[in-house]
Amino acid sequence: MSRLSIRDVSKTFPGHRRNAPPTQALLPIGLEVGDNDFITVLGPSGCGKSTLLRLVAGLETPTTGEITLDGTKIVGAGADRGVVFQSYTLFPWLNVRQNICFGLREKGMKLSEQREISDRFIAQVGLRGFEEHFPKQLSGGMQQRVAIARALANDPKILLLDEPFGALDNQTRVLMQELLLGIWEQAQKTVMFITHDIDEAIFMASRVVVFSARPGRIKAEIEVGFPHPRHYTIKTSPEFMALKARLTEEIRVEAIAAAH
Amino acid sequence: MKLLVPVRRENRIVLGVAFFIVFVALWSFLSLSGAVPRHFLATPWQTLVSGWDLFATQGFTHDVGMTIWRVVGGFVLAAVIAVPLGIAMGVYKPIEAFFEPFVSFARYLPASAFIPLLILWVGIGEAQKLTVIFIGCFFQLTLMITMIVSGTRRDLVEAAYTLGCSDTGVIRRVVLPGAAPEIAEALRQVLGLGWTYIIVAELIGASSGIGHMITDSQALMATDHIIAGIVVIGLVGLLSDLAFKRVNQHLFSWSLLR
Ligand SMILES: Nc1ncnc2c1ncn2[C@@H]1O[C@H](COP(=O)(O)OP(=O)(O)OP(=O)(O)O)[C@@H](O)[C@H]1O
Ligand SMILES: [Mg+2]
Repeated sequence: MSRLSIRDVSKTFPGHRRNAPPTQALLPIGLEVGDNDFITVLGPSGCGKSTLLRLVAGLETPTTGEITLDGTKIVGAGADRGVVFQSYTLFPWLNVRQNICFGLREKGMKLSEQREISDRFIAQVGLRGFEEHFPKQLSGGMQQRVAIARALANDPKILLLDEPFGALDNQTRVLMQELLLGIWEQAQKTVMFITHDIDEAIFMASRVVVFSARPGRIKAEIEVGFPHPRHYTIKTSPEFMALKARLTEEIRVEAIAAAH
Repeated sequence: MKLLVPVRRENRIVLGVAFFIVFVALWSFLSLSGAVPRHFLATPWQTLVSGWDLFATQGFTHDVGMTIWRVVGGFVLAAVIAVPLGIAMGVYKPIEAFFEPFVSFARYLPASAFIPLLILWVGIGEAQKLTVIFIGCFFQLTLMITMIVSGTRRDLVEAAYTLGCSDTGVIRRVVLPGAAPEIAEALRQVLGLGWTYIIVAELIGASSGIGHMITDSQALMATDHIIAGIVVIGLVGLLSDLAFKRVNQHLFSWSLLR
């Protein structure tokens, strides 16, 4: 049971210099994410998607409102909310296995157990044979796979992903989407996935949350009913196309607003 | 020559040695041609011979040993306090706000200017030498480490928090390992700084050490001894530097990955 509840949460960043106007990144928003839900948050650049994720992660404090996970108010970061960041954040002095075991070691888990869990996730993200590699020896896509494994190994209640595949080429990106979706179909976790890619948003989500241009607010919530397991071929189905056309229109308006 | 592309190991050694040869050639030319009078500038050969003589008959080994122990002693004392203090200042900003202005001020005080005072306070014994090195290294090192630790990648700290780390966990498992290669590099550089202070400390009121030998030689106009002493300092410095570099490369091989 893990239910994320965001109530009237807004965020205003103070101006950087004196007299600089504050930036309102998020207007008060409300969002309920149920157990094992996979929601994607879609919106134009700068609309406050990362801000929302950082609020849920506990890395920022909301200006108003409150966020609860299973009824407990979120104050500060914690191992119950795993995060995969927009940038590469593997620890460069640890190899793949040590990175994946980072949270397990913090919990004081026995080495044999750490090994067993890391083995499982290394296999799941397809990195067998790279256990001893350091992050600098991996491609961007491999690094994000390790980051996903590192977050999952910790067995969080909810997984927060901030455009994890944003820097990848299209083919790799699609493979990674399938990989993540496969993991989710097996593991059943609550996931909040941020993206500005419409295909990506629809393909993985059970619900797409569309943000308006800055200051961000929720503009629409759209259920995605495709059954699981999903195959990439659904991307060419008429239903998918219709959904895509609708979201494209929603986003286009916002992107234009953002550009002005 | 391509920008920023490293040279092969063999080529690096050849190039490095080549400049030493150029340097000695220039030195030979200046002294042998008589462009600079012999009693001001000894020839390389003369320097080598008197260097040998210093070690063989004049107990110079003891002087070198004393100097090394003073530099290392003062440096270790400084490091033992500066490293934890610098780390604390780097991660806890109120501690930085408390110490940083004073340390920045003290950094500009030339350690050698304290020598007359220190002679009054602690005499001309070993304590005075160690204190000079300590003053010369400590403030510099503290500031360098503070800066290094302040530069810890925020995203990695945040990642650690989301993986369940406490504050001490973040310091132990993110800040320290991330800063360690640069801290080691700072230690290497500051040890070099220690070498520049020790001779000044030994020029005044010392009865042993390389600096002491140099002052004595000056009275005798023995430029060959002075130059031999300077060369020895350079060599010892170079060796300690190489050793330090080796250890750093071995300990922090991850930071060398490009
Ligand atoms: N620490 C901060 N201080 C001040 N302003 C900030 C800060 N973080 C974000 N902002 C502002 O908040 C707004 C939203 O930023 P955010 O990073 O959430 O956007 P985003 O939707 O994730 O964009 P992108 O898709 O480009 O990553 C931006 O206008 C940004 O300038
Ligand atoms: Mg973002």
